[in-house]
Amino acid sequence: MNLVNFNDTGIAEKLLNEIHACAGLTGPVKIMEVCGTHTMEIGRLGLRSLLPENIELVSGPGCPVCVTPGAYIDAAVELALGKRIHIITYGDMVRVPGNEASLEEAKTKGAEIHIVTSPLQAIYLARQNPEDAFVFLAVGFETTAPATAKALIAAYETNMDNLTFFLSHRIVPPALAALIDGKDLDISGFMLPGHVSAIIGEAPYQFLADRGIPSVITGFEPIDILMGVLDLCVMIREGSPKVVNAYPRIVRKEGNPLAVAAYEKMFEPVDAAWRGIGMIPRSGLDIRDAFRRYDAAKKYGMSMASPEMARQPAQCCCGAVLKGKIKPNACPSFGAACTPRSPLGPCMVSSEGSCAAYFKYEMTA
Amino acid sequence: MCLAVPAKVVSIDGTTAHVDMMGNSSAADISLLENVRVGDYILVHVGFAIQKYDETEALLTLSLIEEMLGKAGPVS
Repeated sequence: MNLVNFNDTGIAEKLLNEIHACAGLTGPVKIMEVCGTHTMEIGRLGLRSLLPENIELVSGPGCPVCVTPGAYIDAAVELALGKRIHIITYGDMVRVPGNEASLEEAKTKGAEIHIVTSPLQAIYLARQNPEDAFVFLAVGFETTAPATAKALIAAYETNMDNLTFFLSHRIVPPALAALIDGKDLDISGFMLPGHVSAIIGEAPYQFLADRGIPSVITGFEPIDILMGVLDLCVMIREGSPKVVNAYPRIVRKEGNPLAVAAYEKMFEPVDAAWRGIGMIPRSGLDIRDAFRRYDAAKKYGMSMASPEMARQPAQCCCGAVLKGKIKPNACPSFGAACTPRSPLGPCMVSSEGSCAAYFKYEMTA
Repeated sequence: MCLAVPAKVVSIDGTTAHVDMMGNSSAADISLLENVRVGDYILVHVGFAIQKYDETEALLTLSLIEEMLGKAGPVS
């Protein structure tokens, strides 16, 4: 078996021409990409400058790190500094500013912060150090939740008592529903996240088509992204909204039922705060009562279900950026008070944040 | 954050696959997938294989795109 390349420049050029031809027959088109990896790839390709003027690509809340509330970071910092708990986290999280400090700043004050690339390493760390208490910061969308669930069940089945999980998982479809319910945002179509879709499949997006909004499950190579734009343009022109799967080499219609079952067994949907956006009904995951012993929020008395969680510093426009209301470079702080080296908000911190992508690729756009 | 990397399965030991990930030797938990075989490409995210790569679908997608572009006529 071999991997097939989706980056042929000849095909890409023809697709761009097709997009221009299609756009000539439509009015203004606003496409939201709902995945930080798409945001980065669109920036890297310089795609915005190649598209017709009436096709606008806006970046949505597709970076789990960016939508994690500041109060969650504050709670993790408090655990690390106040209670001397070892924090285990993905690397993306350590520089995200909380309302008080980042985990990186906590580390300079002596906090034990361990960076991992898999929750299985959290299990390993905790087992190797039975005298210490560990908390794993479980963030991410549906792509990542199954791995957390698997690690949690491993802890449960081996009766570990020095590792708990601090959940801030978020679910994508309820956020899309909240975005189209917002009256001030006129999205013509969604470029859907390929790897979230690898888990949940096509059905959870059907409500978009039912409400007249086309969407395309899109892969991450240049031809994938161009095909995503073209499919959306054609559906918008024809007025035939559907959920199109343009990434079938990875995404099955039914998704990955084993992975969904893994997290549905351990977690239940709850209302959750998205940084800069606010509370979105049933858009988060919480540990089910049967496994509550492994819930860091319960063990250490932290509440994460308050609208206050979504607060942002006044000079940071991350909220408007995450909703696609403004482009990152329209924020007065962009590139001045807020840079990747000295970020005000999470969209500039995360390597997949919209502001970081704009800063890296589209400073002049 | 949802970045996932394709990796080729070299050997399987229970629920762990030893994989070739872009030239690097690595391991992935395959308990979220059924019927993973040596030689398959799997998509790995935070240490877990989340989906199998389907080469037939990949080739079909590409040929459909080429067919569509062919019908669209020569590009100036």
